[in-house]
Amino acid sequence: MTDRAAPELRDGAGLDGRRNLSRRSAMLGIGGGVLLSMVALPGIAGDEDTAAAIKQLYGNREPTAGRLSLQLPALAESGNSVPLTLTVDSPMTATDRVLRASVFANRNPRPLIATVLFGPKYGTPTFGTNIRLSGTQDVIAVAEMSDHSLWSAQVRVLVTVGACDALQLRY
Amino acid sequence: MNPPGLRRLAVSVLLSVLCGLICASSSAAEGTASAAPRSGYSYLSEETRRLQDDEFANPGMLWVQKGEELWRQSTGQAAQSCQSCHGQARDSMRTVATRYPTYSPTLGRVINLEQQINRCRITRLKESALAYESEDLLALTAFISHQAKGLPVDVGVDGPAAASFARGRAFFYQRRGQLNLACANCHERYVGFRLHGETISQGQVNGFPIYRELWQTMGSTHRMFVWCNEAVRAEPYPLGSQEYVDLELFERWRARGLPIETPAVRR
Amino acid sequence: MPNSRIKVPESAAAGESIEIRAMIMHPMENGFNFDSQGTTIPVHIITDFVCTYDGAEIVRVQLQPGLSANPYFSFYLTATRSGAVDFKWTDQDGTVTTNSAQLQVT
Repeated sequence: MTDRAAPELRDGAGLDGRRNLSRRSAMLGIGGGVLLSMVALPGIAGDEDTAAAIKQLYGNREPTAGRLSLQLPALAESGNSVPLTLTVDSPMTATDRVLRASVFANRNPRPLIATVLFGPKYGTPTFGTNIRLSGTQDVIAVAEMSDHSLWSAQVRVLVTVGACDALQLRY
Repeated sequence: MNPPGLRRLAVSVLLSVLCGLICASSSAAEGTASAAPRSGYSYLSEETRRLQDDEFANPGMLWVQKGEELWRQSTGQAAQSCQSCHGQARDSMRTVATRYPTYSPTLGRVINLEQQINRCRITRLKESALAYESEDLLALTAFISHQAKGLPVDVGVDGPAAASFARGRAFFYQRRGQLNLACANCHERYVGFRLHGETISQGQVNGFPIYRELWQTMGSTHRMFVWCNEAVRAEPYPLGSQEYVDLELFERWRARGLPIETPAVRR
Repeated sequence: MPNSRIKVPESAAAGESIEIRAMIMHPMENGFNFDSQGTTIPVHIITDFVCTYDGAEIVRVQLQPGLSANPYFSFYLTATRSGAVDFKWTDQDGTVTTNSAQLQVT
């Protein structure tokens, strides 16, 4: 490796403290990137596939943005396990509650991640899990209420290391 | 400017340059062998740290839980369990993880915790050894190491362990593989620098066995060594090999004073 | 039976909403991983999770490969009467894993 005077080093694993790559590291990175793109990668879904997946589950009606809150980290350092919390704005009574909700990722090879069916004795309308994200993309939640109205929420997540790519090269 | 002023300016410029060089080299101390040990935990994002700290949701606890069941399970020709001899693990195993790898007088070499567990299974339980990276061995290793959580790593590297320690240290500084890199090249020289999207850590082992997001499962130090060796395109040694046990001893010595974090969560 | 892990509070007041947490050890193979020989490992996931309490399904999750390995869920139930909180995971090959905890409702 080319020897360089070490610049001031800083703590932490955040995005701050960006440093210029040595030429060798950059070449390795570019070379690796070229190699990776030549290897057959899992398909990247588009917005059409996500729209189709939503239609398949929830029909042709357009969901209204609102009444759902999706919590995800703005930056996920590992796409393999991204914590997600879905909160529904609903009184959760017998006549007014959420029936089901689905989570989609619009650039994952398979946009649909999970569907949650809420029973009549479900408590606080919050649900949490960990999802896989193949890369930086939008995570979309769609929910159906007991009056059959459809609602949605969307959050953008930056992903440092994607779930589907990294494991292709695992040893 | 008159000559005395010019001289004064030159001296002050020279002094500030010297100060700059001294400051740069002292902050580069992080990248040398004398830097204070830093756990991999300190390089994690907030979400991953939260996951590790969550006593329930830390995925590694699934293996710790399994290990607890195995600890109590009677098995083998002797129809005994670990508990039959060792009683409650939270008492008898409290400091074990801080001391391993350690020198075994019966075997005449340094062994790690996995090998000690298998020694017990073979000689006391009259059972067969568990394979490296098997769910059961990872579970037992994680469970026993978890009993020492919070205690500082404290391995012995003198006396009969000295030769093993010297070999492990030599391994750490030996360049290898097509990329011709030694562990020290990244984990000492370039700590804190970036490798693609990731910050290079010190490569400490105080959290092992770890739940690694990349593997989506639990892994031992030897699995990590295999991964790192293959990453520099070097032929890895077998899991459980003496080379890796020696390296593990050196790594534990590097991590001395850091708290045991098993089961740690890492990227 | 795969290793599962659950967290149910020991007791709750009637009408109180309490957090339930559940996790199971499972690789959730997404079909994009290779083994050391380069052979693609086929999709192998848990497809269904259900939590039942007081004679009704609290929550049912239809899982897809896009969920992380060792799937973890956090949800809420409304405490009604003392009894068992039952958990059931179904693998795509039909294997069923169950777990249960007692909830005291005052």
